[in-house]
Amino acid sequence: MSKIIFNNVHKSFNNRLSVLRGVSLTVAEGESHIILGQSGCGKSVLLKCLLGIIKITSGDILVDGISVKDSSRSDEYMRKFSILFQGNALFDSMTILENVEFGIRQIRRNDKGRIREVAEEKLLAVGLERRVFNLYPAEMSGGMQKRAALARAIAIEPEVLLFDEPTSGLDPITGGKICHLLKKTVNSLGVTSLTITHDIRVAKFLSDRASVLHDGVLVWTGHTGDMERCGNEFVEHFHRASHAISRRRVLE
Amino acid sequence: MLRSMAVLGRYTLFSLHEIGKASIFAFNGIKNCFLPPFFFRETLRQMMVMGFYSLPIVGLTAIFAGMVLALQTYVGFTRFGAESAVASVVVISITRELGPVFAGLMVAGRVSSSIAAEIGSMRVSEQIDALRTLQVNPFGFLVAPRIISGVCTLPLLVLVADVIGVMGGFVVSVTLLDFSIGSYITQTVKNMAMIDVISGLVKAAFFGFCLSCFGCYHGFCSDLGARGVGDATTGAVVSSCIGILVLNYLLTALFFGI
Ligand SMILES: Nc1ncnc2c1ncn2[C@@H]1O[C@H](COP(=O)(O)OP(=O)(O)OP(=O)(O)O)[C@@H](O)[C@H]1O
Ligand SMILES: [Mg+2]
Repeated sequence: MSKIIFNNVHKSFNNRLSVLRGVSLTVAEGESHIILGQSGCGKSVLLKCLLGIIKITSGDILVDGISVKDSSRSDEYMRKFSILFQGNALFDSMTILENVEFGIRQIRRNDKGRIREVAEEKLLAVGLERRVFNLYPAEMSGGMQKRAALARAIAIEPEVLLFDEPTSGLDPITGGKICHLLKKTVNSLGVTSLTITHDIRVAKFLSDRASVLHDGVLVWTGHTGDMERCGNEFVEHFHRASHAISRRRVLE
Repeated sequence: MLRSMAVLGRYTLFSLHEIGKASIFAFNGIKNCFLPPFFFRETLRQMMVMGFYSLPIVGLTAIFAGMVLALQTYVGFTRFGAESAVASVVVISITRELGPVFAGLMVAGRVSSSIAAEIGSMRVSEQIDALRTLQVNPFGFLVAPRIISGVCTLPLLVLVADVIGVMGGFVVSVTLLDFSIGSYITQTVKNMAMIDVISGLVKAAFFGFCLSCFGCYHGFCSDLGARGVGDATTGAVVSSCIGILVLNYLLTALFFGI
């Protein structure tokens, strides 16, 4: 069963800068899909189009058969998603516990009594200790903020989890830990996930299905293991380049 | 010649476009003040920031305004032998004009800039997108509480400014200008008209609306990046100050039926 369908999605800003030029992709229910691409190629824009935060210029996006353009069902549509933003996007006027509670309170209006309990449970699940619950986001390190943002994202029990560059700005060890955490979370919740990254190792670790975004279109979709011999010049170049960097790192 | 006409035309169109956008924004903001969900905690927090923390600066402005007013009127009025009118001039000018306008301008400088900066940087750091994904209307969560607290706290601030301003005039008059305490107070009370005070407070409510609206508007329309946020804060202060001065004229004309 397909969960998300991108159908020839176009997006241009102010009628001139064309960022997406016909993206088509189908993500199956329960699948973890990766989208790779260079910095500035429009990966974050693609996610925001999926969420309906940015309006697409033409084409369509369907999730469980509901179109992103169908404003009468936009609540039901939005309710399916939760996203871990590239910059975490924690509300800096609230402590992290309040951040998680805020998310739960907005989405699940029914069980008011249990909000705090659920929020604490989620924060513990992502590996944060109780003593940091009352810190403000600005008082925490990047890795801890990532964890808190992940807690807020999973607390609202989405059907689709979106990760925008989950490891950017983190050192390799912390990045690795976050990757493990994401994989564990997605597996235990059994949700569909779409991850954006420019790091091939992260991609290979998280899933075996990936697409590469280049020049506004998805130039390749397939198994992450097949990337180096897929026949597409850009994809092979992208793969070689990232491996060249990691080899150089090892040599140094 | 033609070129300058074109520039003028473009500028006019641009201004009209901006005014239209700001009006739609303000309308949306007002609408969301009356639509649930209501964010009481956020509203209280804003009242604290706007009202309580603005007290020192508003009080200071008011006391010096009152003091200077007493001195100036005294100097001017002795030329006509009318120095006994100092008390009434002080109380009338403070309650009608100086209290509301000074408080409005000071709070505009302090608060509308910080609103614009806060909302602008929330936009940059994707916090506003995060609100949308949590199905929270940014107008309901960010704009409505600020408008409500602007409209509610500015009149209170102006009331305080009125009292402190009149006190300032009183202190200067009885210490430096040899007025008797008793007659100054009687003069003040006799000339304090309810309509003056109330018109000042109504003005203040409009000023509060104006400055929080412009703050939010510039924050929401800021270009991304630190530079954009900087421009937004400047824009917010400039337009809310101009807005306050224009509103002040219009409301005064309306109140006193000219
Ligand atoms: N609101 C906007 N208005 C105009 N242009 C935009 C807007 N948002 C993004 N863009 C443009 O779209 C392009 C893609 O941006 P995007 O943020 O999606 O890149 P990205 O692939 O996520 O890059 P990175 O890996 O650095 O996060 C950029 O060139 C950017 O200038
Ligand atoms: Mg991005």
